[in-house]
Amino acid sequence: MATEGLVRTGLKAGDGAIDAFARRHRFHPLEALPWVTALAAYILLPSYLPLGAQILATVLFALSADLVLGYAGIVTLGHTAFFGTGAYTAGILAANGWGEPISGLLAGTVMAALVGFASGLVVLRTTGLTLLMQTLVVATLLHEAANRASSITGGDDGLQGMQVWPIFGLFRFDLFGHTAYVYCLIVLFLCWLAARRLVHSPFGRSLTGIRENVRRMHAIGAPVRRRRLVIYTISAGFAGTAGALIAQTTQFVGLGFLGLERSGTVLIMLIIGGVGRLYGAFIGVPLYMIAQDRFSEIEPVYWYFWIGLLMVAVVVFARGGVLGLIERLRV
Amino acid sequence: MSFDEAISAAVSIGFHGLAFAMVLYLISVGLSVTMGLMGFVNLAHGVFAMLGGYIVTSVMSRAGVPFVPALAAAAIATAVGSVVVERLLYRRLYGGDELDQVLLTMGLIFMSVAAVTFFWGPNPQPIRPPGWLSGEVDLGVRSFPAFRSFLILCGAALVTALWLGLERARVGIRIRAAVDNLRMAQSVGINTPGLFTLTFALGSGLAGLGGGLGADLLAISPSYALDNLVYFLIVVAVGGLGSIRGPFVAAMLLGITDTGFKYLLPELGAFFIYALTMALLLWRPKGLFGRA
Repeated sequence: MATEGLVRTGLKAGDGAIDAFARRHRFHPLEALPWVTALAAYILLPSYLPLGAQILATVLFALSADLVLGYAGIVTLGHTAFFGTGAYTAGILAANGWGEPISGLLAGTVMAALVGFASGLVVLRTTGLTLLMQTLVVATLLHEAANRASSITGGDDGLQGMQVWPIFGLFRFDLFGHTAYVYCLIVLFLCWLAARRLVHSPFGRSLTGIRENVRRMHAIGAPVRRRRLVIYTISAGFAGTAGALIAQTTQFVGLGFLGLERSGTVLIMLIIGGVGRLYGAFIGVPLYMIAQDRFSEIEPVYWYFWIGLLMVAVVVFARGGVLGLIERLRV
Repeated sequence: MSFDEAISAAVSIGFHGLAFAMVLYLISVGLSVTMGLMGFVNLAHGVFAMLGGYIVTSVMSRAGVPFVPALAAAAIATAVGSVVVERLLYRRLYGGDELDQVLLTMGLIFMSVAAVTFFWGPNPQPIRPPGWLSGEVDLGVRSFPAFRSFLILCGAALVTALWLGLERARVGIRIRAAVDNLRMAQSVGINTPGLFTLTFALGSGLAGLGGGLGADLLAISPSYALDNLVYFLIVVAVGGLGSIRGPFVAAMLLGITDTGFKYLLPELGAFFIYALTMALLLWRPKGLFGRA
């Protein structure tokens, strides 16, 4: 009798775990919240649409960083390398007579993914501080290249004279940012669907395994290096999409797109929201960028002081960011 | 280019490269040891070098303190300041998540940029060498700038003292034991938390000294810690984490290559150095002197 009871509870516990795994990838009503908010913002805050488009594209950038950082546990300081590659690809195309936005976006994505693949082959062989340094070196190398090749990239002054054509030949990029906002929102939504699908797939689960315990993943025969390279490439592609989006909607690309500060700030935005949760980007980026917009009268350098303080405070007092705090409050 | 000119250029590159290498090594060696000892990814290490530079330049120009006491003050002040940071913040994250360490230290860098701009303004701080170090020293064959010669001599003396200390002194032996095998060191009764703090203070003090000595090579400006981060990381990663001599070789390589390119091919310098770094680490992912 006792064993029967045990077996039964065991089965139940097992069912519970299976249910939990099965439920993971089903849509939860709360997941609609970012999209409802974004649509509401489109209707209610028409004067903030240019900022809104920037926020949406930056959410995509932070989401791409979350894939490598939060899921695969690859700590990188060079994610702007891919963001900048995408931005410069789309920008250079548009400045040289090919302003079709969708193909420009795809070109930026593919170029960034290629750079991600090539650099990942080298960078991912190392771990820890060395890996961090290598990612930084890749970004600095591209920054230097963009700076030197000023005949193509405009160097220090930034890329001038981008002409982006209407989307499908119908929707012009207007001054008020209507087209830009909707364009960014749709691209972000599609990328989010893909990223969501990815992290809940067996591939995504194995990435979490690699993050949590590399040795065990090696021991059970998972191709650790190949999986890290694949997610690094995919994430680089998404970062390139984000860069191309910002380049097309603001019609400008500068050296700052490849700078270390941007790598740092995207990390902060992600951390404020919460890492490895897929939604951290949706919380952290708007919080950061709206605060930055509100406090724009503060000198940028002093703004960095408060941001730095916030980073330290999050690490010391609020690990897991906003989403981590909510989880802790609910338990 | 004639033969004489080539020799002269080579001597110049060697001299200035050596000076740059000394600065890089003094600043980075502490990072390598603390990284090897505690596994702590301290991106904010350059902040201590920057503070050292600011202390030296401002104590000299505002209070009229001579150069050598100013250097000593910079080393002591950064060492003491680093102990406060270590006790308050870093200690919480030893053995913890790498990402947390990166965030904490990036946060400190951002704060330092703003704080330094607030106190000293956005412009680089010039360093005025004292009278006995301005001008040139004549070594018979040719003359060299006195300030850089002093920098090289100082660096060489410090490096010798550091190596001898780590080799012979009891503290040095304990540090090496803890780097080699932390658990074993703890079980034979070495007070590792105390050792951590001491090493950290020593490394930061050296960085402060390096920042002050090298103020004319690495300009003292608010973005110092961000701009030079990649250099310090290259020295540490190529040299091998936890190694004392590895970073010296790496600093020499980097210092001389960088200077050489600046003289001969200024457009390609950065590319070559970064490509070389990646190639070296592809060949030896643990660095030249890192343990496999």
